Amino acid sequence: MKSILFLSGKGGTGKTSLAGAFSVLATEKVLADCDVDAANLHLLLAPRIVHEGIYQGAKLAIKDEQMCTGCGRCREVCRFHAVSPDFQIDSYLCEGCGACVTACPVDAIDLEIQDTGRWYTAESRLGPLASAELLPGEETSGKLVAQVKQKAAELCQEAAAEWLLIDGSPGIGCPVIASASGVDVVVLVTEPTLSGLHDLRRVVGVVQHFGIPAYLVINKEDLNHTVAEQIETYAAEEKISVLGGIPYDPSVTAAMVAGRSAVEQEGSPAGEAMREIFARLMEQIG
Amino acid sequence: MRIAIASGKGGTGKTTVAVNLAVSLSAEEAIQFLDCDVEEPNAHLFLNPQFTDRETVVKLLPEVDADRCTCCGACAEACEFGAIAVLGETVLVYPELCHGCGRCRMVCPTEAIREVPHELGVIESGSAREFPFSHGLLRVGEAMATPIIHKLKDSIDGERTAILDAPPGTGCPTIAALVDVDLALLVTEPTPFGLHDLQAAVGVARALDVPVAVVINRDGIGDDLVEAYCREESIPIVLRIPFDRQIATLYSEGSILVDAKPEWKDTFLELATTLKGMVS
Repeated sequence: MKSILFLSGKGGTGKTSLAGAFSVLATEKVLADCDVDAANLHLLLAPRIVHEGIYQGAKLAIKDEQMCTGCGRCREVCRFHAVSPDFQIDSYLCEGCGACVTACPVDAIDLEIQDTGRWYTAESRLGPLASAELLPGEETSGKLVAQVKQKAAELCQEAAAEWLLIDGSPGIGCPVIASASGVDVVVLVTEPTLSGLHDLRRVVGVVQHFGIPAYLVINKEDLNHTVAEQIETYAAEEKISVLGGIPYDPSVTAAMVAGRSAVEQEGSPAGEAMREIFARLMEQIG
Repeated sequence: MRIAIASGKGGTGKTTVAVNLAVSLSAEEAIQFLDCDVEEPNAHLFLNPQFTDRETVVKLLPEVDADRCTCCGACAEACEFGAIAVLGETVLVYPELCHGCGRCRMVCPTEAIREVPHELGVIESGSAREFPFSHGLLRVGEAMATPIIHKLKDSIDGERTAILDAPPGTGCPTIAALVDVDLALLVTEPTPFGLHDLQAAVGVARALDVPVAVVINRDGIGDDLVEAYCREESIPIVLRIPFDRQIATLYSEGSILVDAKPEWKDTFLELATTLKGMVS
C-alpha cells in the first residue's frame, strides 16, 4: 500500500478537486480527509457513515471556585496568558498543560478531557472514507488528524487497499505536519499567483524537512504565464517533478455543485488534464 | 476596533478583502494591518511593507542535566504532550511535541531540568503606505503557530482600527486570531465547499461570541446556497465581488484592486461604514 498526500501551502488551490479526481481514477483505494478544520472531500463522495465517534483530544484546566484561595500561583506559572487577573481560566487560551494544576497549593484545579471532534468512517461511491470534523471552537486539529490517519490505516487493512489518498490542510503547521508523518508521496497543488508560489516554497520546506518525495501540479496554469514559468523554474531548482498543469475551467465548479469530480464530466478540459496528471504519477510511482 | 478577515476554506479571498479594505480606509483614518496567517502570510506581497523590526518568538524546551537526573520519571508523567520520556538511564525530549509549558521543570525533584529557548518563528513589523504593518512567520518545520499570533496581537494599538488577516480553517490558529476581535468578516465563495466551510467558520465565531458578516467572492461561479444559508441564519452579506478574470489576474501578480480600479475604493469604504455600524 502506498499513501499519497495532497498539500498546497496556500488554501483554495485545488487540493480537494485533485484528490477527488484521483479518487475516481485510482483502483483499490481508501480515502482520508485530513483537513479536519474544513473537510470537503465527502461533498464529492456521497458517503454513507458506517462508524462514528467522538474524539477526545484536548484537556482543559477547570478550577473549583470554592477551593480557590486567590493566591495567584496559577497565573504566575501559566505561559499561555490563560489566567485572567481575577484568576479565571480562559478555555480558548488554555493549552491543557497542567502547570497550574502542579502549582496550585490547595489542589483547586483539575485537567478535564474535552470532546474535540467527531470522526467517522464511511462507504462512499468512490471507496471507503475516513474523515473528521472539529467541534466548533475546539482546537487540537493535529491530534484529530492523527485519529483520521489511524482509522484510514484500519480501512486500508480491511480493504487490502493499494492506495491511500489523503486530502491535507492548507498551511505548514500542526495539522499539515500531523498529516505528513509517514506518507510515501506528497502531491503539491499550486496556482500561478505570487501568493501561490510564496506559499509553495514554505510547504516544500516542510516536505523536504521530513524527506518525503514530492510532485507538483499547477492548477489554473493559464491565469498568469509569467508566474507559471517562475514556478516551473523553482520546481526544477528543487528537483521536484512537475506532473502537469490544469487549465482554468468552469466545469470544475459545475462538477462540484453536482457533487462530482471534473474527471467525471464529459469533455472537461480540466478533467482531461487531471487524467494525464494521474497517469504521469502512476508511471513514476505505480 | 478590531476586524478580522477570516474564512473556513482557504483561497476564498481573505487577503484581497483585507488589503483593499486597509488601503481604502487608510485614506480616511488611522489603521494598522496585522497578517495573522503566520503559516502562509501573503499580505506583504501586495502591500510591500518596509520592515524596521524583527522579533524572535520562542518556546522554552527542557534540557536535562544527566548528572542530577535520577530518571525518576516525574517529568514524563507530568507532561500532557508526551514530549519527554525516560528510557532506562536516559531522558529523551521530543521538541516537536513540547508546548514549552515548563511543567516538567516544576515537578523535577532534583532540579535537573533547565529550559532553553527554541525558535518558533519571527514577527516582522514596519510600515506599508503610511500605516503600521506587521506579520508573523512560523519557522518551517515547526507546528505551533498560536504563540506567534498571540504575540503579534500584543502589538495592537487601541487608537487605530486594526485589520487582521486571519488564517484559513477553524482550528487553534483561527481561534487565536479571532479571540477578542469586534467582528469577523467571513469571505466565502458560492460553492458547496465554500458553504460547508463558511458554516464551520460561523460556528467558531459564534462559540467565541464574535459577530459575523459575509463577503461572497467570485459571485456567480456556483450556486445560491450560501445566500440561502445567510438568509436563514440572519447573517448580513456585506459585499459581493463578481468573478472576473481581470480581478484574478491582478491578484496573481500582487496588484491591489483599488489601485488598478479606483472605482472599488468607495465600495470598500462603504463596507467599512457597514462594519462599524454593526460593531457600535
